[in-house]
Amino acid sequence: MAEKTYLQAISDGLRQEMRRDKRVFVIGEDVGVYGGAFKVTLGFQEEFGPWRVIDSPLSETAIVGGCTGAAIMGMRPVAEMQFADFISCAWDQLVTVSAKQRYRAGTPVPIVVRLPSGGGFSGGPFHSQNPESSFAHIPGLKCVCPATPEDAKGLLVSAIEDPNPVLYFEHKHLYRRIKAEVPDERYTTPIGKARIHRGGDDVSVITWGAMVYTADEAAQQLENDGVSVEIVDLRTVLPWDKAAVLESARKTSKVLVLHEDTHTGGFGAEIAATIAEEAFEDLDAPIKRVTAPDTPVPFSPPLEKAFIPQVDDVVAGLRDLAEY
Amino acid sequence: MATDTAIEVVMPQMGVSVSEGTITKWLKQEGEEVAADEPLLEISTDKVDTEVPSPGTGTVQQILVQEGETVDVGTKLAVIGSGAAAPAAEEAPPDPATQPAADASAAAAEAETDMPTPQAPPAEPPTPAAPAPSADGGREANGDGPSFVSPVVARIASEHGVDPGHVPGTGRGGRVTKKDILSFIESGAPARTPAPEAPTEAPAPAQPAPAAPAPAPAAQAPPTPTPAPAPAPVEAGAGEQVEAMNAMRRGIAEHMRRSLDTAAHVTSAIEVDLSRVVAIREKLKPEFQKSYGVNPTYLIFVARAVAETLRDYPWINGEIRDDRIVTRNYVNLGFAVELAEGKGLIVPVVKSAESLNLLGMARAVTDIAERARNKQLTPDEVQGGTFTITNPGGYGTFHGTPIISQPQSAILGTYALVKRPWVVQDEHGKDVIAIRPIMNITLTYDHRLVDGALAGRFLQSLRQKLESWGETEY
Repeated sequence: MAEKTYLQAISDGLRQEMRRDKRVFVIGEDVGVYGGAFKVTLGFQEEFGPWRVIDSPLSETAIVGGCTGAAIMGMRPVAEMQFADFISCAWDQLVTVSAKQRYRAGTPVPIVVRLPSGGGFSGGPFHSQNPESSFAHIPGLKCVCPATPEDAKGLLVSAIEDPNPVLYFEHKHLYRRIKAEVPDERYTTPIGKARIHRGGDDVSVITWGAMVYTADEAAQQLENDGVSVEIVDLRTVLPWDKAAVLESARKTSKVLVLHEDTHTGGFGAEIAATIAEEAFEDLDAPIKRVTAPDTPVPFSPPLEKAFIPQVDDVVAGLRDLAEY
Repeated sequence: MATDTAIEVVMPQMGVSVSEGTITKWLKQEGEEVAADEPLLEISTDKVDTEVPSPGTGTVQQILVQEGETVDVGTKLAVIGSGAAAPAAEEAPPDPATQPAADASAAAAEAETDMPTPQAPPAEPPTPAAPAPSADGGREANGDGPSFVSPVVARIASEHGVDPGHVPGTGRGGRVTKKDILSFIESGAPARTPAPEAPTEAPAPAQPAPAAPAPAPAAQAPPTPTPAPAPAPVEAGAGEQVEAMNAMRRGIAEHMRRSLDTAAHVTSAIEVDLSRVVAIREKLKPEFQKSYGVNPTYLIFVARAVAETLRDYPWINGEIRDDRIVTRNYVNLGFAVELAEGKGLIVPVVKSAESLNLLGMARAVTDIAERARNKQLTPDEVQGGTFTITNPGGYGTFHGTPIISQPQSAILGTYALVKRPWVVQDEHGKDVIAIRPIMNITLTYDHRLVDGALAGRFLQSLRQKLESWGETEY
């Protein structure tokens, strides 16, 4: 057990799996010689060689297409998109081929696509998005969004083990900001299982990724006012832990869904709708969503701050629910 | 284009525990003139159906809530202005010539009970003028305020039989929160609120009368109205029709289920020879009708005898409240009245019935029955009953097991008066068979409070009173 950053946890988990299983290889833009845009695979090529740490051409289509083929032939590829935003270039390979291959032909497609996502550092409209809800709509895919270093490693291992295409959303803003104890040995964090980040009685926050920390700060502020906030870290968006969310909703009867992605059609809508369908008679207030507005992510730091849900936004939403 | 003297019409508060009402009919359409206190619309709540008078004189400028919609108390329903009518785009008022059609079916409603039947009920609403162009849906979107009951509070309230209206609210605008109602229940507050619940009583006639010339209800409620307000929409199967339950039907359904879940129902029956009552009634009838315009029905005699008898049986006129027994020095007598066209049933109450003589009882019962059918009852007139009489005998039924109107302890059923061969003693003390008008009367009582022997004695006293009715007794 050692304290590690979120980024180190991903890197260590990946290295551990590559040492353990020869089928696991890495492919992406600048992942080899350069060690990746965020240095997740720094030193990997030296250790595993250029055939297991492949610098690809600038083509997300080629990366995902190549991974899909390799996976069908029995490999366990881990692709890196330099930024999650670029995955749109690989949409067809991913959605039309990878996600449907097992259904069509019965062949598993055990690929992992690592997606550095999220904003908070003035990356602008092409380097800051959180596209998880687009893919949560695609049957055949899995989407994981770890928030802690421990989950980052455990979910990466689970994603590599999983026989289906798994989109692994790693939040860039957490890379070096978040540090915590991570077990040294190999372990898995189950896909589809939420984590109670903080227990509480009065209001539930359902969230994932970097917003777990925003929610946590807000919850601390509310605690001073005597409002007890429960935070459910979803960890996996597809499949998502409905049971845990409903349990929390039934307990507090007031729910705030928080995500960094934009509002309309965001995954929060799915959560809110499910609560309304299955726990209607347990609700004591309307379900509230705190999300980014329906615009591209702005470059300008003040505008980006206004765009990404801030602690104050969550505090205001929680207060509103507490007082309802 | 509201003028500066626009008057708002809001959903009135129809009793303490009523939180919403359904618009059943607009009696004035947009653009029509209305005078102050003139009936403007009809509403239906879980307690009563009633007309709402106009709060002022002017033109109906805007109708904000359409027929069939259910809204919270205090919701703005319409705007009346003293100025010109609302801007263009108005439908012509409905053609009065289309109305009479609906009346026909109501004709048969007569024979049903002993009760005086008023003239045919108001016709079905002629299809209302299309909703006005006003885009604003009328209802405020936010559910704040004391009258709004959240889903979880509604569920907890019904599970514990608590009226959320009696729970002190700490939420926004005084709303009752989940915590409020949970701590209210935890603190041991009375599960049943002290004020008697609406005695929306539905006694006997579960089945339509067997062979009797079909009484009114052309459209009886669908076969099994389950009490739970099922959130999922019910799909109609082949050959089925699905219609919404109105507030009254929901109220009846809830109340009937709750009563069976609350009281230990037992029914005892007795046969009463009404020879003397029949004779006296024949004598009084012309006088009552000529001088007072009321009919001394058999029900009136029974009601009079019941009010008298109950004075000696305070528990039958009493109630269980928490773990206490409440008795009274008065009798508030409820009468189950079927509304026209099988549209429901209501139990108006004659207050202090023990103080009324036969004529007084006849007048009181005629009055409430008529106003019940004309939707003119006030909420107070359906509350506070201490004992109820239901009279399905008009349909020829000779026995039934009505359900007690909570929180009362008993309900009396009166059945068809039938001439039967009856063993009596002649002047020599010998048994002979005579033809006598016999009425079966049942007492359905809550065995938690009323023992079988007590119920038997009550019925015996009642029979003695009815069988020995003296000519000078009123």
